[in-house]
Amino acid sequence: MAPFLSLLIYTYLVLRCSSLTAPVDPSKSQPMGSSLGQNSSSEGVPLVDVPMALGVFSVDYHHVQAPFEIVLWIMLASLAKLGFHWSGRIPAVVPESCLLIMVGLLVGGVIYGVRHSAPPTLSADAFFLFLLPPIVLDAGYFLPGRLFFENLGTILWYALLGTLWNVLGIGLSLYGVCLLCPSSLGDVSLLHCLLFGSLIAAVDPVAVLSVFQEMHVNEQLHILVFGESLLNDAVTVVLYQLFESFLRLPSVSGLDVLLGGCRVLVVGFGGLFVGLFFGLVAALTSRFTPRVPVIAPLFVFLYSYLSYLTSEMLHLSGITAIVTCAVTMKQYVEANVSERSNSSIQYFLKMWSSVSETLIFIFLGVSTIQDVHMWSWLFVCATLLLCLIWRGSGVLLLTAVVNKVRRNKVTFRDQFIIAYGGLRGAICFSLVFLIDDFPKKRLFITTTIIVILFTVFVQGMTIKPLVDLLDVKRKKRALPTVSEEIHSRLIDHLLAGIEDVVGYWGQHYWKDKFEQFNRKFLRRFLIREEQQNRSSILRVYQELERREQGADRETVHPLLPEEMDSIRRILSRNLLQFNSRRPTYSRHTLHHDRALQRHSSLGERDTQFVFLCAVCAIGPRSISQDSSIPEEQTAPQHGPKKHLSFDIENEKNN
Amino acid sequence: MGSNKSTLQHIPNAEELMEETGFSAAHIQRLYDRFQLLDRDQMGGLRNEDFEAIPELVTNPIKDRIIGAFLSPGKDMVDFPSFVRVLAHFQPTNSKRSKTSSQEQYNSPTRKLQFVFQLYDQDRDGKISKTEMLQVLQEMLRMEETDEQLQSVMEKAFQEADLDQDDAISFDEFKKSLEKLDISEKMSIGFLC
Repeated sequence: MAPFLSLLIYTYLVLRCSSLTAPVDPSKSQPMGSSLGQNSSSEGVPLVDVPMALGVFSVDYHHVQAPFEIVLWIMLASLAKLGFHWSGRIPAVVPESCLLIMVGLLVGGVIYGVRHSAPPTLSADAFFLFLLPPIVLDAGYFLPGRLFFENLGTILWYALLGTLWNVLGIGLSLYGVCLLCPSSLGDVSLLHCLLFGSLIAAVDPVAVLSVFQEMHVNEQLHILVFGESLLNDAVTVVLYQLFESFLRLPSVSGLDVLLGGCRVLVVGFGGLFVGLFFGLVAALTSRFTPRVPVIAPLFVFLYSYLSYLTSEMLHLSGITAIVTCAVTMKQYVEANVSERSNSSIQYFLKMWSSVSETLIFIFLGVSTIQDVHMWSWLFVCATLLLCLIWRGSGVLLLTAVVNKVRRNKVTFRDQFIIAYGGLRGAICFSLVFLIDDFPKKRLFITTTIIVILFTVFVQGMTIKPLVDLLDVKRKKRALPTVSEEIHSRLIDHLLAGIEDVVGYWGQHYWKDKFEQFNRKFLRRFLIREEQQNRSSILRVYQELERREQGADRETVHPLLPEEMDSIRRILSRNLLQFNSRRPTYSRHTLHHDRALQRHSSLGERDTQFVFLCAVCAIGPRSISQDSSIPEEQTAPQHGPKKHLSFDIENEKNN
Repeated sequence: MGSNKSTLQHIPNAEELMEETGFSAAHIQRLYDRFQLLDRDQMGGLRNEDFEAIPELVTNPIKDRIIGAFLSPGKDMVDFPSFVRVLAHFQPTNSKRSKTSSQEQYNSPTRKLQFVFQLYDQDRDGKISKTEMLQVLQEMLRMEETDEQLQSVMEKAFQEADLDQDDAISFDEFKKSLEKLDISEKMSIGFLC
């Protein structure tokens, strides 16, 4: 707490200093840059006379103002984050995003009190160009590829159609609301409402990520919501620009609408191709880095950022570009670059995205305190209600259709989480500031802020208890017996194995084709010579090694086995310990495994159960006796035990 | 997906397999393609090495038991009909066939349970002994529990399931201990229907 308080005090002092060191008129500048010059701010600070002799000590804030303030903000954000996690219990109840917004509100209030003017707001440029890319890059780099592509159809279904449904629904019904009350809302036209709908309907990846991290959801659900929030950027961007340009046009014809539809495709696929291009170039570049391993991580960041900037320049979907870039280059870069560089890449990505996210939420809080508010009960409440209604109905309808085609059905619990977990965040906020000025713009800004705050606070905080409530209601039977648990787990492993034997149907054909193409051309071209011979089995061993090391670090303390009755307590206690250390899915897990996926995709089991499966799927130790990974291609070494059952069977029958 | 019975002529005994297992022609075709893909040396059968070459399967803790389940006793190669028959166990139970009596269908609950039972009962004596259960537990849970804990877990499981106290779990006792579990739903792979 002490560093936090001292930082606040320091910030306050600096702010007072800065208000005293208002920009000095060049015509009146003193030779030594003495600080107490002409004060043109609205504060009534009296002029102070300074002797004209040589100043021994001076404060020249303006010289360092910009970087200084940036660093202070980042410092504030990071210390705030430290502070929250100091107390273990708070993050469990209140999501981090809420706490950060509250800190932002506090700081905004302090600044307002000190300066009596609006605090610095989050400029749309700063947000889109600096704060958003690291988060999206981090998300894209650690995207569970196979899961994502398996569910791609569903994700696109939700992202494209769902967003369209929401936008049109909210826009049209808001217009209806405005018509109902022409006195106060009469000058909000249909196009304005549609524009507003387009920016408020989109689910925000930043907010979703931060809330879902604390909520342990199964992977499939996570990837659905998260994938949707990433991909709906294409639709949002297009619709927003579309309606904005419609607003500027004298009239709108049917042709324009059709062109708008084409634009969606252009924006989406354009972003995709830009991302692909830069991803492949990055992979190629990483091939040549072994002599200078230190700058290898830099290329990853540079190329990704370039892809984002390029697509923003061309008015394509930047988020799609950067995600595609990350997904494309990941496997080649990981093969080409040294282990330490890999760690650096991952570490820096996590760090930057964490800082960005924290800053975004704090600024959201700070920017709420300003003079540009315009309140209208009807509009705000109607918007909130309509957002919920349209999202809920959209999810229900879409899921009903898509469940007919999916093999892992999206359960009702999942649908509720998808609908209720559609949080809005800073993207809406920045977009609303970019609207061309019109009389009711301030109303829009206020409403957007309220919607964001509502979704983040109310929905963010209540989603976990509501989900637990839903789960509790569906737990019909008593705790399973030990036998049942054992057999269940065995069956899960069995099913995972059989699925692997059978391969994936549906995507199997394309996946196979892609793998062939990958092996024959891409890998040969993009990966260094020595690394190419690493078969997939070797990669699997590396994976196992990493898991084993991970499991070692988190070994459960061996408990004394109590009597027979408390076997269950032992097992569940182990599970709880494991539970608190590793959530089912978070952005920080670097690998997922089959039994876990199989288990969770059925959607019905206890979360604790799932974790135990995760541990079980970490293969037995006996695969490689020594921890060094053989460089050349070797056949898998099996410990003697693993073959026991098989050999016995063979022996008995020979 | 477009393939009808006439295109299955290059697959031996395709029609009998379809009758026996309840797979559609499209499924048989896909299974055959997959079989060909796995059979790297084109010997007409899958060996242990072919299974080991499946990358995702390698990390499965009970991989050897699964491979053993495919291989019939005495052979070291799985031919296509055996492959299909094993996979037929994993069809959801409410598929549309009703030609033969439900007891003989591969995907009846009893057959599914028998399949799981045989995963435990590696020596095929019709009973799960304490050693066999302990082996399974060790394979699945080695990273997490010590051997003493696994021992006590196994003892507890036997206490619950072994009703006639003969230190071995017969198939009926096994079936009884799993009666609350909806085996036909749990042990089904959705895309096989």
